[in-house]
Amino acid sequence: MTPMQIFFLVTAALTLFAAGMVVTANKLMHSALWLVVALFGVAVTFALLDASFFAVVQVLVYIGAIAILVIFAVMLTHRMMNDTISQMNKGWWLPLVGALLLFMGLSAAAVSFQGAQTLLPVLPAGGENLPSLGQGLVASNGYVIPFEVASVLLLAALVGAIYLGMEEDGGRKIL
Amino acid sequence: MIPLSWYLIFAAALFCVGLFGVLTRKNLIAILMGIELMLNAVNINLLAFWRYLYAPQMSGQVFVIIVFTAAAAETAVALSLIISVYRRRNTVVANDVDLLKG
Amino acid sequence: MIIQALTWLIPLPPLLAFALIALLTSHYRDVSHWLALIGAGLSWLASMVVFFWAVFTPGLSQISPAFQVPWLPLGGDWLMIGVQVDQLTAVSLFFVAWTVLMIFIYSVGYHNYGQPEGDRDKPGLPPFGTLFRFKRGERKMVASVEPMYSRFFAFISLFAFGMYTLVVSDNLLTLYIGWEIMGLCSYLLIGFWYARESARNAAVKAFMTTRFGDMFMLLGLVVLYSVTGSLNYKDVFSPTVIKLLTASASPLLGLSWAGLIGLLLFMGTVGKSAQFPLHVWLPDAMEGPTPVSAMIHAATMVSAGVYLVIRFFPLISAGWLPGAPINLTMTVMAAIGAFTALFAATIALTQNDIKRVLAYSTISQLGYMIAALGVGAYVAATFHLVMHAFFKALLFLGSGSVIHGIEHGVMHTNEHVDAQDMFNMGGLRHKMPLTFWTFLIGGFALSGFPLITAGFWSKDSILAGAFSSGYWWVFIVLALAALLTAFYTMRLITLIFLGQPRTKAAEHAHESRPVMTVPLAILAFFAVAGGWVGIPANFPLLGGLLPDWFKQFVGGMLVGGEAAEGHSLVPLLTSLVVALGGLLLGWWVYHKQMAGDPDPMQRALGGFYTVLKRKYYIDEFYNWAFIKPAYWLADTLVYKLIDLKILDGILHAIGRFGPWFGRILRGWFDLPVINGAGDMIATGTRRLGADLKPVQSGRIQQYMLIALMVLVVVFFIFYYFFVLA
Repeated sequence: MTPMQIFFLVTAALTLFAAGMVVTANKLMHSALWLVVALFGVAVTFALLDASFFAVVQVLVYIGAIAILVIFAVMLTHRMMNDTISQMNKGWWLPLVGALLLFMGLSAAAVSFQGAQTLLPVLPAGGENLPSLGQGLVASNGYVIPFEVASVLLLAALVGAIYLGMEEDGGRKIL
Repeated sequence: MIPLSWYLIFAAALFCVGLFGVLTRKNLIAILMGIELMLNAVNINLLAFWRYLYAPQMSGQVFVIIVFTAAAAETAVALSLIISVYRRRNTVVANDVDLLKG
Repeated sequence: MIIQALTWLIPLPPLLAFALIALLTSHYRDVSHWLALIGAGLSWLASMVVFFWAVFTPGLSQISPAFQVPWLPLGGDWLMIGVQVDQLTAVSLFFVAWTVLMIFIYSVGYHNYGQPEGDRDKPGLPPFGTLFRFKRGERKMVASVEPMYSRFFAFISLFAFGMYTLVVSDNLLTLYIGWEIMGLCSYLLIGFWYARESARNAAVKAFMTTRFGDMFMLLGLVVLYSVTGSLNYKDVFSPTVIKLLTASASPLLGLSWAGLIGLLLFMGTVGKSAQFPLHVWLPDAMEGPTPVSAMIHAATMVSAGVYLVIRFFPLISAGWLPGAPINLTMTVMAAIGAFTALFAATIALTQNDIKRVLAYSTISQLGYMIAALGVGAYVAATFHLVMHAFFKALLFLGSGSVIHGIEHGVMHTNEHVDAQDMFNMGGLRHKMPLTFWTFLIGGFALSGFPLITAGFWSKDSILAGAFSSGYWWVFIVLALAALLTAFYTMRLITLIFLGQPRTKAAEHAHESRPVMTVPLAILAFFAVAGGWVGIPANFPLLGGLLPDWFKQFVGGMLVGGEAAEGHSLVPLLTSLVVALGGLLLGWWVYHKQMAGDPDPMQRALGGFYTVLKRKYYIDEFYNWAFIKPAYWLADTLVYKLIDLKILDGILHAIGRFGPWFGRILRGWFDLPVINGAGDMIATGTRRLGADLKPVQSGRIQQYMLIALMVLVVVFFIFYYFFVLA
């Protein structure tokens, strides 16, 4: 067991534990905070994969924006939920069974496919090549179109979110 | 060292946990959190594959960026929807939003 | 050949007239009667041409029939019909053409053409007469025109067609067709005034009775065809066929085929010529208008029966030679004819209605002819046929004139007497001189007044034939009948014309119009002059002065020859005695008859008078023996029992079965099974939908769960079957 393996296992265990708490916590605020922990664990995993840029982006975007938004939403709606009772639907065992079966299937596929046992290859010189990533995103023979589409998607989401969030006030919509 | 399959199994587990949460939790926001977990599992999967098999190329990374973007956009819209639903129906319980009931 | 073309055309003008009147001109009286007169006139003209051609053509009987056309397909062969002209046809055409034309002209006046329409007249009843305002201002009842004027002319035209067809045809089939057409017209014309119940009954009676006879005639026709294979006279009367028919025996009564056929055909004559026992229709047929009685029941239709027997004389007399004993058919004919002659004459003694007397006289005279044929006096019978047609038609038309005169008197005096009863007349010789003289001539002809009337010559030849045949009983019966004939004829004349008028109506009678009296005059001429063509060669004094043309002409037809003419004076003396004696007796008994006096015959005959008056109760007997059982059979048995109970019962049962079965099907099959299936599909679908509805809960987590489950299942299936395989 190399130190890397140990480190990976600990990270994975933590993340999974936090994810489990996210889905089982009765209080919604706890659930949101556990989500932050899980996301942090994912960021660490990114770092282990030599994708340090993504680790940072994960912390910034996911934890800093999305999780905060979730917390906002929880706080805006917390009056509606009675936090003491179970937050799980009746018959939660069936999704559990299904999820387990799916996990088993995916794991089996993951283990048995060719190339599953490859070890970490050596990165080319320079490690993670961020400039080339940036170049690739905007190069015309690269991924500029997905990049632009993603921008449009963000724009649409932005507009949509604003519109959906408008309140009606006697026939007019106000922000 | 760490074989690829470990990461994949980890990503699968995270995904299934997220799935379980989506299917089980009453609160809409809790469902949204489950969705976030699933998306993160997808990201881990992508980066693992990129790192182990396609490291010289950056297409894996681009894909991850796109997923990030999509997740963010989706979260924003979803929360906006939840707020809207909350305003109209005064509830954030998923089971109460059953207008499609046949 | 032109003549034979003409022969074929003879029956057609009246047929055309009938069609045109019936279809087109029935509203126009003058057009209708002109059509009929032209039709009859054209036929008369053609008949005269053919007659004179036939008279002046030697070897007439050798000429083949003309215009044979194949008509009925029978098996592999065709039945040919056509026309022929031989001696019998020629003389028949002569008397038919003249009498028909005279009667047609007379009918114009009889039905009061030119008179105003009656306000009370209804079609179906004889005209009442109408109140007419003369130019002088006075209003008197006058005779009104017959409302069904055109209909009458249509019917008599059709009748003329039938008679002409019968006369010119060369085969038994078209003869039968003409025969039946005349039967139909007889029915239509006897029942001309159909609103009268007595007329309707008389028409049905006539039709039924003659039909009964015609049934046997048809049987004879069929037997003839089946035995010889032909109905043409040329074929049937050829010597070989006659010999064959005489030699072979029929299955009936040991008669030869010829005898059987002859007997069957004779039964048709018994019906049509009103011989005993089928004579009952003729007196009742006097219900029709007088021209009808003249034409149908004196001159033409009843003569058709005798014509048939004369035509088929070779067949009837097959095996008989003059001087030999007559065969069975001829015996039957002689018996029936002689009996009828006497029988009808006795009834005529007691009848009071003019037309009844004349009707029974006709029956009697026809009996004469049949009897003559029965004993083989073939030429004599033909001669009497022709002469009788003329003077009987004359007598009937004269009686019509008398009746019109009395009706005129009835209208003027408002005295409601029967215009046809002789005892209401008298002294009409002053009021209606033309009618009187012509009627007198006719009556004398009927009685056989010597020398100057045709009746004498024809009757004399019959008596001579009967005498020389050796059959005494025929001769005696016929002589007795001649006596009675003369007696009742003089009774008729005396009561009508001589003496003093017995009623006011008779006093006011006046002569008929010329359109009625001119035909009387013409017929009177024939009644006198007609006899002179048949004066026998051996007649004392006069014989030989004029050739016995008739005997030469008609006698040449017959293959076998007729009864040899005797040279005895007995028949001649007998006919003189009976004729003059009867006439004298009749005048003597009746010339002093006053109004209200009873008939002297009542005293003379005593109880027998009623029997005669009631016509020997034969009508009552027939009613009891035949009519009532037939009616019972039809009404009770067939109608009430079979038709209503059985047949209708079956139908009603079927009718009831239908709905019952339908109800069963509906209740047990239609509603539960078919409706049930349909309903089941509907409710089943709805229930299925309702049962499946909860699946769609609107809860997305549930949907996603299901998706996950399905995915897992598919994943495993895929894995097991594709990855592990």
